[in-house]
Amino acid sequence: MAVLIDLVLLSMLAITALRVIFLKDLFAVVMLFGIYSLLSALIFVNLDAVDVAFTEAAVGAGISTVLMLSTLALTGRTEKENKRSSVLPLLVVIATGAALIYGTLDMPPFGAADNPIHQHVAPRYIEESPKEVGLPNLVTSVLASYRGFDTFGETVVVFSAMVGVLSLLGAARRRENSDDAAVIVAGFKGHKVLRVVAKLIIPLIILFALYVQFHGDFGPGGGFQAGVIAAAAFILYALVFSLSHAMQVVSPKFLQLLASLGVLLYASVGIYSMLKGGHFLDYNKLAADPLVGQHFGILIIELGVGIAVFAVMLSIFYAFAHQVERSTIK
Amino acid sequence: MLVLDIVSSILLMTGIFFGFSGAVGLFRFPDFFTRVHAASITDSIAVILIIAGLLLQTSFDLNTAKLMFILMFLMITSPTASHALAKSARHGGLLTLGESKQQQKQQKEQMQQQEAGQ
Repeated sequence: MAVLIDLVLLSMLAITALRVIFLKDLFAVVMLFGIYSLLSALIFVNLDAVDVAFTEAAVGAGISTVLMLSTLALTGRTEKENKRSSVLPLLVVIATGAALIYGTLDMPPFGAADNPIHQHVAPRYIEESPKEVGLPNLVTSVLASYRGFDTFGETVVVFSAMVGVLSLLGAARRRENSDDAAVIVAGFKGHKVLRVVAKLIIPLIILFALYVQFHGDFGPGGGFQAGVIAAAAFILYALVFSLSHAMQVVSPKFLQLLASLGVLLYASVGIYSMLKGGHFLDYNKLAADPLVGQHFGILIIELGVGIAVFAVMLSIFYAFAHQVERSTIK
Repeated sequence: MLVLDIVSSILLMTGIFFGFSGAVGLFRFPDFFTRVHAASITDSIAVILIIAGLLLQTSFDLNTAKLMFILMFLMITSPTASHALAKSARHGGLLTLGESKQQQKQQKEQMQQQEAGQ
C-alpha cells in the first residue's frame, strides 16, 4: 500500500515538474511550485520523516510561495521568449543525467538493511541518544545536539540570506506619512470577510508556532518550522491590513536586531560551554547533570533558531513588499 | 467497536465521494465561478465527513482533540479562501457566464445597428 501511494505521489511530482518547465505563465508556475512542495511533503510523511515534511510544507509550500509571488509583482508574470537554440543545454543535461545514473549503478540496493548509511552513525544515534541526550524526538537530538555545528551553519546561512536580500533590495523603512500606502490598501478595504477571519486566525497561528517551537523536543517541530509559521502570521497581517500597519507592530529595524540576536543566542551557548571547560556547543557542561545540560542547550539553541528564522523571513518579505509598494506609487 | 468501524467507513466513503465529485466539477464546469463553487462546497462537506470518520477511529485521546482543531481550522480557512478567490476574480473584472453572454449579445446588437445605419 505504501509503495502504491509512493508511486502515485512520485508520478504526480513528475507531472508537476514537467508542467513547470513548459508553462509560460509564471503565476501558474509559482502555484505549481507550491503543489510540488506539498507533494514532496506528502512523500516525506509516507517515509515517516514527519519533521522534514513539516519543514517542507511550511517553507516550500508556505513562505517561498509568498516570496515568489511578491517577486512576480516586481518583475511581471510572463516568461520572456527565449530565442537561443536549446540543443547545447539539452546535450549538457543529458550527459550530466547519464553520468548521474551511471554513478547510481554502484550504489548498494535501495532500502537494504545492511547499507552503509544504516551502519555508519545511525545505530549509535538510535541506541545511545536516549542515554546521551534523553529527548523523545530523535530527529531533534540529532539536529540540535549531535549535528549542532551543522545547524549553527544553517542558521548563519539563513542570516546571510537576509543580509544578501537587504543589500540587493534595500532595507524597508517605516514611513511617517502613510497616505500613499492607504491608496494601495484600498483594494483590500472591501474584504470584510478576510479581515474578520484574519483577526480570528492570526493569534491561533502564533500560538501554534509557539507550540511547535517548544514541543519540538517531544514531537515533530522545532525552531525552523516555528519561525516560519510565526512569520506567516505576520505576513498574513501585512497582506490583509497593509504593510505599514504590520511595520508599526514589528518594525524592520527591530527585525534586523532580532535576527542577529537569534544567531548570537545560538553562538553564545557554544561560547558558554567553552568557558565551562567543554568543546564548542558541548551541552553536557551547561549544568551539573549532563542530561539536564543537553535539555537546556537544545531548548536555547532551538529558541535562537526560531527567533533568527522568524526575523529573517519577515524582513525578506518586508523588503520585497516595500519594493512592490514603491514601484506601484511611481 | 464493529459498529463504530462501519459508521466511520461509511463517513469516509461519502467524504471521498464528495471530494471526488468536487474534482470532477472543477474540470467539467464551464467557467471560473461555477468551478470555485463546485470545489469549495464539496470540499467543506468532504472535510467534515472525512474528519468525522477519522475521529471514530481514534481512541478518544489527544489525537481526537488534534483532529477537532484541524476540522475547526479547515472550516474557517477553506471557505474564506474560496471567498477571497471569487471576490478577487470579481474585483479583477471577471464576468459570470450569464453576464458575459449578455455582453456578447449587446455587442452583437450594436454591430447590427451600426451595419443597419450604414
